[in-house]
Amino acid sequence: MTTLASRPAPPVEHMVEELTVARRLVKFFSRGLVQFVLIVVALLWLMPTAGLLITSLRPPELFGVSGWWETFGDLSQLTFSNYSNLLADANMTSAVAATFSIAIPSTLIPVMLAAMAGYALAVMPFKGRDALFLVVIGLLMVPLQMALIPAFTLFRTLGISGLPAIWLYHTAFGLPFAVFLMRNYYAGIPTSLIEAARIDGAGEWTIFRKVILPLGFPALAALTIFQFTWTWNDLLVALVFSTDQEPLTLFLRNRLGEFTSGIGIISPGVFISAVVPLIIFFAFQKYFEAGLLGGSVK
Amino acid sequence: MTTVEATRERGTRFWVALLFLGPAMLVLLALVVWPAIRTVYDSFFDAAGRNFVGFQNYQDMFRFQRMQVAIRNSFIWVLVFPVLVTTTGLVLAVLSERVGWRTAFRLILFMPAAIAILSSGIIWRIMYETDPGQGAINALLNVPAAFINPPGDLQGTAPSTDDVILGDNGLSSTVEIGADGGVVRLGLLRIRAEDLPESSIQAADPVAAGGGTLSGVVWRDTRPGDNVRGVVEEGELGIPAVTVQVVDSAGNVVGTAGSGDDGAFSIEGLDPGTYSAVVPPAEFQGTWGGIAWLGPTLITFGAIVTGIWIWGGFALLVIASGLAALPRELQEAARVDGATEFQVFRRITLPLLTPVLGVVFVALTINALKMFDLIVGIAPGSVQDEANVIALEMWRTAFTGLGNRGLGSAIAVFLFLLILPVMVLNIKRFRLDEDRR
Repeated sequence: MTTLASRPAPPVEHMVEELTVARRLVKFFSRGLVQFVLIVVALLWLMPTAGLLITSLRPPELFGVSGWWETFGDLSQLTFSNYSNLLADANMTSAVAATFSIAIPSTLIPVMLAAMAGYALAVMPFKGRDALFLVVIGLLMVPLQMALIPAFTLFRTLGISGLPAIWLYHTAFGLPFAVFLMRNYYAGIPTSLIEAARIDGAGEWTIFRKVILPLGFPALAALTIFQFTWTWNDLLVALVFSTDQEPLTLFLRNRLGEFTSGIGIISPGVFISAVVPLIIFFAFQKYFEAGLLGGSVK
Repeated sequence: MTTVEATRERGTRFWVALLFLGPAMLVLLALVVWPAIRTVYDSFFDAAGRNFVGFQNYQDMFRFQRMQVAIRNSFIWVLVFPVLVTTTGLVLAVLSERVGWRTAFRLILFMPAAIAILSSGIIWRIMYETDPGQGAINALLNVPAAFINPPGDLQGTAPSTDDVILGDNGLSSTVEIGADGGVVRLGLLRIRAEDLPESSIQAADPVAAGGGTLSGVVWRDTRPGDNVRGVVEEGELGIPAVTVQVVDSAGNVVGTAGSGDDGAFSIEGLDPGTYSAVVPPAEFQGTWGGIAWLGPTLITFGAIVTGIWIWGGFALLVIASGLAALPRELQEAARVDGATEFQVFRRITLPLLTPVLGVVFVALTINALKMFDLIVGIAPGSVQDEANVIALEMWRTAFTGLGNRGLGSAIAVFLFLLILPVMVLNIKRFRLDEDRR
């Protein structure tokens, strides 16, 4: 800039042109820089998952001896033996089964209950409706830890244990958010649609099934995916309430004590437990994001 | 419509509403409302839940060392984690807007959110291995570390005789310079012959060379077969290019020499007296050992970095969708008026984005307070106490060991009281949004 100033002033048009060229250069380089930075960030973000996958595909004796990236230089290290050993392990297969038998009911029950309750709170005019909705919002604030001990005693008194206890607890703590989401979604459905159905003589149940449920599909889908991922990945509730059933998170957690010697079980175990939510993530990306983003209030 | 009909209408509505609401309300009452109240009640009773103890549990809570660490760590989490993740999300949202592959980028960053938090902890435990030869994070950091502080040629070696000492000041041996000069033998072990330079040849045993001269040798004091330590024997190799200094009793360097291919060196012009022959510590500088991310000091910091990996994509997505919803006209107008990109960001984009940033920040604060699985997954058993957080300590107190019902309840209430104001903020914001509609 100083050299420019010391020179005799060039014609105005010339200067404008020079500036735009300079600007373009800056823009070109800054765009290149942005690309570069984002590529580095994306690689950094992928690295841990890649490291896990490769660790799970190497002989466990190599863990603690050489880095997983050294496998890139010696592809003969790759082996599926960790996976075949693990899938032959009855503890592991029953953990996969337990995770499904926890996550599916723990998702379907609260979603169904919330679909119904949300409808009542959004559409039906009854006294105290808004107050009730406020209570539900208030329950969003209660952390899971707040009810663990009394619920634990309650279940024992009632003779409920294992899977049903986990289903009920997930239902209870999934409901406030689920009701909140469904009620807000239903509130956006034009009342004229519902009124028209009523004039046609449809009862509440028919309206719910034929009008509300189909219209609420996007919210239901997002909620289902969110709740499924949540319960699939849960550790705390399983830790407190599970008895003979050991879901994948618990299976992994119970093997962390011997981390180095257990890496041949732990690393493929982590990957297998991530496969189901990752498939859902890629298959239902739109709903998944909507659900998790909505989850920002949970 | 007559009043009677209206009442009946309302009446049926109520019962129908109850049918729709009933199951959900029943579950919420039995498993959220009642237990939460019961937890508050229990927090005033002893470990078995029998005797009333007043506020004893709340006092104990702040007295027990494990809980103190947990409170300190949760405090660090709340202070550091939401700021870091929100900033990461904001920067990446703004940057990724400028590239064509933004959808793919955001997908990659959001992916960790699908994985169980426990698993993410385990994944990072593999990343954080201390040895740079095994842990990827330290391996990445080793690249600049090896550049700044290169490992010395003699790293890992040890002196072969007791009169040669290896310490923080390098290798040293006391020498006497007399009328016929002096001799020093610096024998080293634990160095492989193939690690020596190719020029290295049979070591030369030093001979006193007369007045004021120190003659010495630096050599590999081992050979196949029998071997006498401290004696230069046939088949033992000299170590070339080692810097040797002569230091007087006052600590001044009075002479310097480099060893030859036979390991021999000589320094002339020394007054008679006692000196030390010293090989500077740089030669013995080891390879960088890596940062102990999973050690007691850094574990919380390491876990927070993992938290950025898990929740960064969430922050990025929310902020990016907020950015996309902003009216473009204002920014364009500012650009036309000659504002720089940074000014546009600072004066227009950022203020408009504040509500979205607030939502993200609040959600992350609540996550920080509820942190549980990540600590279980990432902290090795021996450092679980140092990595402890409130939510984890609640479970440990109530459900492990003998199980302290009263104290566990008090910790749960404490956690609830910490989350409460943040949640109220969250709901207030939601209600504001509702009113605006």
